[in-house]
Amino acid sequence: MVYGIAKMLNFAHGDVIMVGAYACFFVVTRYELPAVLGVLIAMAVCTLLGVFIERLAYKPLRSAPSLAVLITAIGISYFLQNAAQLLWTSNPKVFRSVVGDASLKLFGGRLSVSVSALVTVAVCIIIMIGLTWFTGKTKMGKAMRACSEDKGAAQLMGINVNATISMTFAIGSALAAIAGVLLCSAYPTLMPTTGSMPGIKAFTAAVFGGIGSIPGAMLGGILLGIIEIFGKAYISTQLSDAIVFVVLIVVLLVKPAGLLGKHVQEKV
Amino acid sequence: MAEHEETKLVPLPATNFVPERDVDKQPILEARNLGIDFGGLTAVDSFNFAVSPTEIAGLIGPNGAGKTTVFNLLSKVYQPTRGTILLGGSDTMGMTTVQVNRAGVARTFQNIRLFNNLSVEDNIKLGLHNHIKYGMASGILRLPNYWKQEKEARERVGELLSIFGMEHMTQHRAGSLPYGAQRRLEIIRALATGPKVLLLDEPAAGMNPSETAELMENIVKVRDTFQIAIVLIEHDMNLVMGICEGICVLNFGKIIAKGTPSDIQNNPVVIEAYLGRKKEDADDA
Amino acid sequence: MRKLQKHTVNGIFTYALVIVAFVAVQWLIRSGNISSTLRGQLVPICAYVVMAVSLNLTVGVLGELSLGHASFMSVGAFSGVVACMSLSAAIPSDPLRLVVGMAIGAVCAGAAGFLIGIPVLRLNGDYLAIVTLAFGEIIKNLINCLTVGLDSRGLRFGFLKSADALNLGEGGKVIINGPMGISGIPKLSTFTAGFILILVTLFIVMNLVNSRAGRAIMALRDNRIAAESVGIPVTKYKLMAFVTSAALAGSAGTLYAMNFSTIVATKFNFNTSILILVYVVLGGLGNIWGSVIAAVVLTILPEMLRGFNDYRMLIYAIVLIIVMLTTNNARIKSIPAWVRSKLRKGGASNG
Repeated sequence: MVYGIAKMLNFAHGDVIMVGAYACFFVVTRYELPAVLGVLIAMAVCTLLGVFIERLAYKPLRSAPSLAVLITAIGISYFLQNAAQLLWTSNPKVFRSVVGDASLKLFGGRLSVSVSALVTVAVCIIIMIGLTWFTGKTKMGKAMRACSEDKGAAQLMGINVNATISMTFAIGSALAAIAGVLLCSAYPTLMPTTGSMPGIKAFTAAVFGGIGSIPGAMLGGILLGIIEIFGKAYISTQLSDAIVFVVLIVVLLVKPAGLLGKHVQEKV
Repeated sequence: MAEHEETKLVPLPATNFVPERDVDKQPILEARNLGIDFGGLTAVDSFNFAVSPTEIAGLIGPNGAGKTTVFNLLSKVYQPTRGTILLGGSDTMGMTTVQVNRAGVARTFQNIRLFNNLSVEDNIKLGLHNHIKYGMASGILRLPNYWKQEKEARERVGELLSIFGMEHMTQHRAGSLPYGAQRRLEIIRALATGPKVLLLDEPAAGMNPSETAELMENIVKVRDTFQIAIVLIEHDMNLVMGICEGICVLNFGKIIAKGTPSDIQNNPVVIEAYLGRKKEDADDA
Repeated sequence: MRKLQKHTVNGIFTYALVIVAFVAVQWLIRSGNISSTLRGQLVPICAYVVMAVSLNLTVGVLGELSLGHASFMSVGAFSGVVACMSLSAAIPSDPLRLVVGMAIGAVCAGAAGFLIGIPVLRLNGDYLAIVTLAFGEIIKNLINCLTVGLDSRGLRFGFLKSADALNLGEGGKVIINGPMGISGIPKLSTFTAGFILILVTLFIVMNLVNSRAGRAIMALRDNRIAAESVGIPVTKYKLMAFVTSAALAGSAGTLYAMNFSTIVATKFNFNTSILILVYVVLGGLGNIWGSVIAAVVLTILPEMLRGFNDYRMLIYAIVLIIVMLTTNNARIKSIPAWVRSKLRKGGASNG
């Protein structure tokens, strides 16, 4: 989402996910606070972090070439990873699932679904509906879409572009916190580098579904996950990532703007 | 063929006005029943048009009439939905922009498209690209052919720049040139490709009256020197009426009038659709 | 003589820079004034310089963001090393074998670049970036699954099989062993070899850029539609830039790999691609000598920061961010142009 609106590859996103996971980890494990509180605090921390990063590093570069912003994002990603390494050491932390380890047995035990998987799916759907409503109906959401279409024109229409982009970062980062918590519920080890692969996959999902389209990103994410799991199960564990990326390439060749993206022809 | 369809009679696209010197010659560029739709919206329809080999033709019409779309069709930036484009009598169907350029169509753009980070010289050398003949290996290894061809290209660049009196700007960065010079450079780059037809999209836009007057002279000079056809889109009526031999007026994607400058000036349909409004514009300005 | 053109001056400056640096380092080695860690870094630095210069061809000159450059390095590394190890009997001379290895690495990486380039270069902008990233991951995964062995019958390949499944005959040895990569690589790479590879790379890239093909490539970067309108075929020149860039990265990969006794495919991952992209962007897009300097400085910098121990990568990140923020400040950015205009005025009055 941040990507669609600010038109930039935010390589630090994966690391914000990581910070969110750590925040939640400390709140829940160290201070024995309830899980819901942990998630909320993680969201708050990430929102602050997101806005802080945006203010400090991206805002001065708003008019700079996108590559410069990309490199800055990489710098921030390095920074967060290494800071995390110093603060929390590189030893993996065992993350106790926020939602518990119970699983639901359906069809007389033939199909078992862990609660955390169910919660993940539910949370994703809620977020998607919320975001679609937010960008489609609210004033702020419309401003965001306007900025994504044409920053200059949006500014002329009296939209505060800077504030809008900051807001986008805040929301994106808060969601990253949730992603971090969910991710660590599924794969219960937490390391400073936890965020890097999900960060890349998040992009892939966004591109897969079509840049700037929220249902697209969601669809992309789900499909990517399914392909990865099936690839692992039926073809080869070692090749699962390769299979995901092959599918991505094929999709982009058939639909160069992603699954739900709109193809915009350059005006001559 | 179950149903009998009534044979439709279509008037042949008339070239109507041909400069006397070209009367025995086949048109160099001809569009027959050309049309294009953008997702259900018809942008250009039933466009019939012919340009004789040394004609200066004008394509005019109000904003949004489809003039630039016609250029995009002629230069194959868009592929037409209907109709054919003949270049020197042969069909250009399925050709790409690159192929049609090699076959002799060169153009400029309404919103100038130069290679901004390259020098004026390099911009023109790019126009000469298909006339400079040495491979990648000679380029990297600096074989004799490289030096010979580059030297010839440099001389050619000088000649072309001298038409517009821009020789002193050879090493300037194209993007840093003043607006008028950028427009002229774009024309020179198009000329460098060795076209038979030159399409100029609003060559005088943003120029002051004296620059426009100079441009008019230069366009005629280019036609006389290179013996090519020139089609231009322009809003400046002094320029159009001053140098165009045949004029075609477009409104809502269709041709509403064709003729000589004096025909067009006195055509009530044109006056209503275009010149009347233009006059208001002029008053506003 | 006419006044020298700007790119000629730039070219001479770049060659001079590299040669002076080489001589200086040689002198330091002779006099023993060089730390052993830095000495161990010399060949990797050369490889990174070649990587940066070649990536600059794609990103700076062609103007397409590639996030998978390390994968070509990987292809070059593995194919080059396999070639060197299997030709050890046929070509006894070490330097010659290294040259052949680099050439084979370049050809293989170039071929990979060609195969990838055909579909990838149809896309634009960020989509292209993501797809190059995807290809990088695919190549890494594929090499991880590859086993190659050598016996009297020649090279034997296996995919997704253990090394035993290669059925090597008498005296056969495993070269690539899946995720374990290659071990027991003879150390053929020397600093001199690296230096020569840099010169060759500079020669190829700079001469290419200042020729008909290079102009066409830059034209595509500046304005694709205009380039088509003057009859420049897009795919041909995009591929040319991409393949050249990949081939050079391949030879850099061979150089790099022949400096270590073991290499694994995961070494050439996304982070390596990004690292090289950082050199290119910091050095300046399309600026060849900038890439050279950035690659050298940024490889040495973490070593020099070793004194700060745990904080060195943190400092590296901060330096990176600060450099990006300051170089993109309009006022600071105008300095090089200002210096250049001063120089040009000076040159004009002399000529």
